Amino acid sequence: MTTTVNTTDTKASPAVPGTGLDPGTQPDAYASTSDDRRLSQLDALEAEAILVIREMAGELERPALLFSGGKDSVVMLHLATKAFWPAPIPFPVLHVDTGHNFPEVLAYRDETVERLGLRLVVASVQDYIDDGRLRERADGTRNPLQTLPLLDAINDNRFDGVFGGGRRDEEKARAKERIVSLRDEFGQWDPKNQRPELWNLFNPRHRPGEHVRVFPISNWTEVDIWRYIDREDIPLAPLYYAHEREVFNRDGMWLAVGPVSQPRDDEQVETRLVRYRTVGDMSCTGAVESPARTNAEIVLEVAASTLTERGATRADDRISEAAMEDRKKEGYF
Amino acid sequence: MSAPTQSTPVLDPAAVAGAARGTLLRLATAGSVDDGKSTLVGRLLHDTKSVLSDQLAAVERVSRDRGLTAADLALLTDGLRAEREQGITIDVAYRYFATANRSFVLADCPGHVQYTRNTVTGSSTADVVVLLVDARKGVLEQTRRHLAVTALLRVPHVVVAVNKIDLVDFSQEVYERVEAEVRAVARELGVVDATTIPVSALDGDNIAERSERTPWYAGPSLLELLEALPPSDDPAHESFRLPVQLVIRPQGAARDEAHRDYRGYAGQVASGVVRVGDEVVALPSGRRTTVVGIDLGERSLDEAFAPQSVTLRLADEIDISRGDVIAAAADAPVPTQDIEAVVCWLGDAPLRPAQRLLLKHGSRTVQTAVRSLNGALDLDNLHAVPAEALSLNDIGLVTLRLAAPLPVENYSLSRRGGSFLLIDAHDGRTLAAGMVGATLPSGAPAPTEPEGDEEWEI
Ligand SMILES: Nc1nc2c(ncn2[C@@H]2O[C@H](COP(=O)(O)OP(=O)(O)O)[C@@H](O)[C@H]2O)c(=O)[nH]1
Ligand SMILES: [Mg+2]
Repeated sequence: MTTTVNTTDTKASPAVPGTGLDPGTQPDAYASTSDDRRLSQLDALEAEAILVIREMAGELERPALLFSGGKDSVVMLHLATKAFWPAPIPFPVLHVDTGHNFPEVLAYRDETVERLGLRLVVASVQDYIDDGRLRERADGTRNPLQTLPLLDAINDNRFDGVFGGGRRDEEKARAKERIVSLRDEFGQWDPKNQRPELWNLFNPRHRPGEHVRVFPISNWTEVDIWRYIDREDIPLAPLYYAHEREVFNRDGMWLAVGPVSQPRDDEQVETRLVRYRTVGDMSCTGAVESPARTNAEIVLEVAASTLTERGATRADDRISEAAMEDRKKEGYF
Repeated sequence: MSAPTQSTPVLDPAAVAGAARGTLLRLATAGSVDDGKSTLVGRLLHDTKSVLSDQLAAVERVSRDRGLTAADLALLTDGLRAEREQGITIDVAYRYFATANRSFVLADCPGHVQYTRNTVTGSSTADVVVLLVDARKGVLEQTRRHLAVTALLRVPHVVVAVNKIDLVDFSQEVYERVEAEVRAVARELGVVDATTIPVSALDGDNIAERSERTPWYAGPSLLELLEALPPSDDPAHESFRLPVQLVIRPQGAARDEAHRDYRGYAGQVASGVVRVGDEVVALPSGRRTTVVGIDLGERSLDEAFAPQSVTLRLADEIDISRGDVIAAAADAPVPTQDIEAVVCWLGDAPLRPAQRLLLKHGSRTVQTAVRSLNGALDLDNLHAVPAEALSLNDIGLVTLRLAAPLPVENYSLSRRGGSFLLIDAHDGRTLAAGMVGATLPSGAPAPTEPEGDEEWEI
């Protein structure tokens, strides 16, 4: 079974009608112009991310990179590959497994780790629930439960820096965070007292017990991510592309029928053409109806969307105004 | 006041493609508390249809809960709980939007003096600062401080938005008075090309479109101005510099057998252009060699320019390690252990002469001692005055002695080569933003400006 979508094949499909946008036949659609030596926006974002990754590799003793198999962490890993080429990525990847992951994403994760010869450290929420260190929440979502296993993994492995794929356009608390962001000995973020971050000079120094979270793709938007995936032909887990799936509607979101998301009596199961914009906890991550089967089609779809990716797909972020900020203060991603 | 209407982003394939090719412009706001910075950023996002419907709905819901009759657009950036409780901006919020030929990063900065370090953070990477001034209040202490910071950081463009023009009946006279006041301060601080615009951030006058309510103003709207700002200078006019971040030597771990003997120097081109065949010099050692290859991932390039992140391969196996700088052999900087610099002090405890600190320049961190404190900027008269210490948010002139020679450059010639951090060696805190070779205004009387029509300059 192959669990990745090879985007080279999909690019051979005809241009999206009427859009005039066909990166397949315009290989330079995203390129910088070499005559006046100005970097295109995408190249500028790539250069910034590689700068950050290399600088932290130089400054930190034991970094790790959070890798979930989701599109943002895949892009971050791709950037890390470029940063150190032709040497391998010099640090392990860390996955906090909620036990509610999409099987396709886990398969993609393992395949990628294998392909790049990485060391994978898994922190399992299920283990914590099984031995009583964590208790299942009434609403069934495990997103907030990831914080403790994450912090324990950082402590146990003595990681002094963790790369995350968070983007500032995702959420209003993330919009406030530094690229290199200090965490105290309890893993807490203090948004009212962040370290100044000046020019391109990144400073991850900290006291023993503290660590930093590093967000190399802070300044990328969802559309930038898809343009880059398109340009670089980065393979992704197949559920990011349109496919038929058994779903039911809850709170305006299409949830997949599966072991952790069963329809209630009043919820009808239908087969729909859907894709995922984010791939979090299956119990609370919704699919969107979409015919987009190629990266180029997704770029256009995302650019035209009237909803943010979290607004469209994450039930847990709807809980309260400051849900993300509160989770982040406790040490969440 | 008019309620913002539901914004529906329209699919514009030209914009989708154009934004990817277009350049990136980084904008930061500045100005005193309540002068309308966050509202202006919200208005710019809203009027360019960059606010998605769930974001707008959330802002409308919170505004309604507070008894407001219209959506408070400042809530688009004031996203922290504490900011919403107090109705202020505490730290920088980053937002993004794109037009057909440009992508923008907007950094909405706080106005309070206690959060000046966050404003310095926001404007240190800015291509343009939009300084807001309340038309009713004119220039305040924070307006001066932020303009001083903008001038010191040498942000390439400054736009002065004379805001809340709706509250002074769109009066040309008030606008011109405030404009003259800001220009006088800007001149004393050495800001040359400040453009001024009368705006109402709340109502949208002269933000995305020119307003009919200011018929006496013939210049562009803020958005028109931002779209037309010339991009940064062609790096071909600068000297080549690359601070080495890592030495890439895969040896047995190479991803491919062919790269077992690969040896490359990874870093971001800080300034200038480098080509295969160029003669370069490693600093501080001074050893010369030739560039034989430039790699960006698997791709080989003939040349690289700022700010690309690349890996250089060199002809000779000379000793180069992380922290060294590779520079054009023809005009390399001379490493020095003694520097004069202006610093924005961002530490809670004061800076005093004889203090020992760490200094980070490029990818190198060395120990340093403060030899002397040569003065501080007095924000009332904008002159340097003698000082025994620098407190939080003070701007001062210092002489530093470094534990090892560094190839620093004058900040006025190179933002990258002349900037440094001062760091607390014990807890790692960033204590100051430093600019090599910068000076404080001397206090000489400013020349008076010739009368006549101000042409807007872009
Ligand atoms: N009448 C009027 N009020 C404004 C204007 N711009 C901002 N305000 C109001 O001024 C107050 C402070 O605005 P805010 O954007 O939070 O200021 P900041 O502290 O500079 O970010 C808010 O109540 C705004 O609604 C304007 O152009 N006209
Ligand atoms: Mg504000």
